[in-house]
Amino acid sequence: MSSLAQVSQVAGDPAVHPTAPAPETQKRGWTAYLLLLPGALWLGVFFVLPLVQLATVSLQSRYPGFPGYYYRDVNLDNYVSALTDYAPHFARSFLYAGLATFLAFVVAYPLAYAMAFKAGRWRNLMMICVIAPFFTSFILRTFAWSQILADEGWVAGTLNFLHLLPGGHIINTPVAVIAGLTYNFLPFMVLPIYASLERADPRVIEAGGDLYANGFTTFRTVTLPMSMPGVLAGTLLTFIPAAGDFVNMELLGPQRGKMVGNVINDQFLAIPGGYPVASALSFTLMAAILVMVFLYVRRFGTEELV
Amino acid sequence: MAGFREARGDLKLDSVTKAFGDFTAVDDIDLDVPRGSFFALLGPSGCGKTTTLRMIAGLEQPTAGRVMIGDTDLTGSRPYERPVNTVFQSYALFPHLTIRDNVAFGPKRRKEKEAAARADDALELVQMTQFAGRKPAQLSGGQQQRVALARALVNHPEVLLLDEPLGALDLKLRREMQVELKRIQTEVGLTFIHVTHDQEEAMTMADTVAVMNKGHIEQLGAPAALYDLPRTRFVANFLGQANTGVGTIKGTDGDHLVADVLGTPVKILKSRSQVHDGEVLFGVRPEKVTVSRSQPEGAGNDVKGVVRDVSFLGVATSYLVDMPSGATWSCYEQNLDVEPLDLRPGDAVWLTWNPGHAFGVPVDES
Repeated sequence: MSSLAQVSQVAGDPAVHPTAPAPETQKRGWTAYLLLLPGALWLGVFFVLPLVQLATVSLQSRYPGFPGYYYRDVNLDNYVSALTDYAPHFARSFLYAGLATFLAFVVAYPLAYAMAFKAGRWRNLMMICVIAPFFTSFILRTFAWSQILADEGWVAGTLNFLHLLPGGHIINTPVAVIAGLTYNFLPFMVLPIYASLERADPRVIEAGGDLYANGFTTFRTVTLPMSMPGVLAGTLLTFIPAAGDFVNMELLGPQRGKMVGNVINDQFLAIPGGYPVASALSFTLMAAILVMVFLYVRRFGTEELV
Repeated sequence: MAGFREARGDLKLDSVTKAFGDFTAVDDIDLDVPRGSFFALLGPSGCGKTTTLRMIAGLEQPTAGRVMIGDTDLTGSRPYERPVNTVFQSYALFPHLTIRDNVAFGPKRRKEKEAAARADDALELVQMTQFAGRKPAQLSGGQQQRVALARALVNHPEVLLLDEPLGALDLKLRREMQVELKRIQTEVGLTFIHVTHDQEEAMTMADTVAVMNKGHIEQLGAPAALYDLPRTRFVANFLGQANTGVGTIKGTDGDHLVADVLGTPVKILKSRSQVHDGEVLFGVRPEKVTVSRSQPEGAGNDVKGVVRDVSFLGVATSYLVDMPSGATWSCYEQNLDVEPLDLRPGDAVWLTWNPGHAFGVPVDES
């Protein structure tokens, strides 16, 4: 009896318990925020502020007669210009990036499949070969492609010799641009697909065969769906940068018929007073890509990305 | 579907060998599993049991020998051509498909009508109907195990292969599933080949157990027969416990062989010994040994030892007894007496057993 009474007394004493754990939790809470601080600062200074800056510039108007001078305004003409004058550039960007993404997928999937399932001891070497191009700069590699695809190069030379090249050139054509984009972003397609294939339980693929699916059917109904998270990540990692790219067009593409990245580049750096239009173009590109990615992930997405 | 072989009958392995480079995983195995039986392949890891199973499934091809069902030779055919399905150790459910689609996968590939309805029937058999719309990742291990079973059973294979299907479950669930598997096997009447390293599991469920070691089948038979009369040292030790001692056969006494085990004469029925002269490994099961404080009269074989340890287990008491030979014997006594023995470590005891329970196996082999 007495011990029971004692227990209830201790438990019922409000002075002892409720306040005690509070400082502990508070401290732990602060630690989490402190750890977040460097990242948050970085994002704030180098992402959010420039974005706000870009947004204000995209709405500015020029001083008539003073090229290069602007005043603060809410001028939506910049966006109208971006969507009308530069619609073909947007279309080209998305078309070329889409084609490059498709081609990269076609090249990358068998490569990733071979690395994951067939390479054996060659796997690491293949991995190094995929990553090795990153040891040289993006610009240099694209320059190298301008040599490979040049009229005097062996690719164009061979095709011309065989009369298989209508027009006679590869360099300075959209084909060269798409080839360059495909090449440059290929590793971003290979690596996520490889990761998702490599992670797949080989027993699950065997189960396909055990349940009356032949090799091709097992691939179509088991292996490919299981690698979809990797395919999704790979296509996004390829399409997004490819759509905004201007280097490949600059070094490999034709003089006319540029992509939106080139227009933004020119408006910012070459054309006096181009800042508002360049900003509006950047924002429009960003918004368009966001919408497309959203729809794409809604359509093909799985619960997890990679 | 093209290539599918509608074989019926007993499963036969005819001198099947599988080598991986220098390593022979399965060495010249012959097996004959009657249609509709529950057959267990029991052995330690690396004994070749899973490789044997994978050869039956077609996931591996034998280096030599033939795999047959009835009169149909399945050797060389692909897994999807065989009337055989597997329940994989890790379940290997398709992570991107719902439970219903997982189970309907086989029937759909075989272009069967009402694949979804068949899947629902199979899910009902394993009591998983309410989870049909979920994804495998949303289920527990035990639930995934049931789905894996349904996914194989739905196809009504001629032979169902189970690769350590209960290995990942906790003890209580494993017991439940053992009973459940046996019920399902009786209900569907298919040939089940069950690979396991758990001797208790094999003995509980299977009609016939084949004990495998180092790529060979050591012994094959009904669980009770294997336990009662092991024919090799490996089987004696792997299937249950055995008190053993190396002895030399000195002569005969009627139907019995008389062997000398480090000074103690023991008798083994001639019919229960695999060797009849020279060295023999004498053995007797722990529960066949009676512990008493005084030397019993008229007992067959007895030997005096010293109690090392006593474990009270409720239904029984287990004793460890140091023998004069230096070995430690284990004895298992049911707690039937009104007056308990009340032995303490250090007490001298007499161990007796009926010679009819003793067995003799060759000493060699580990």
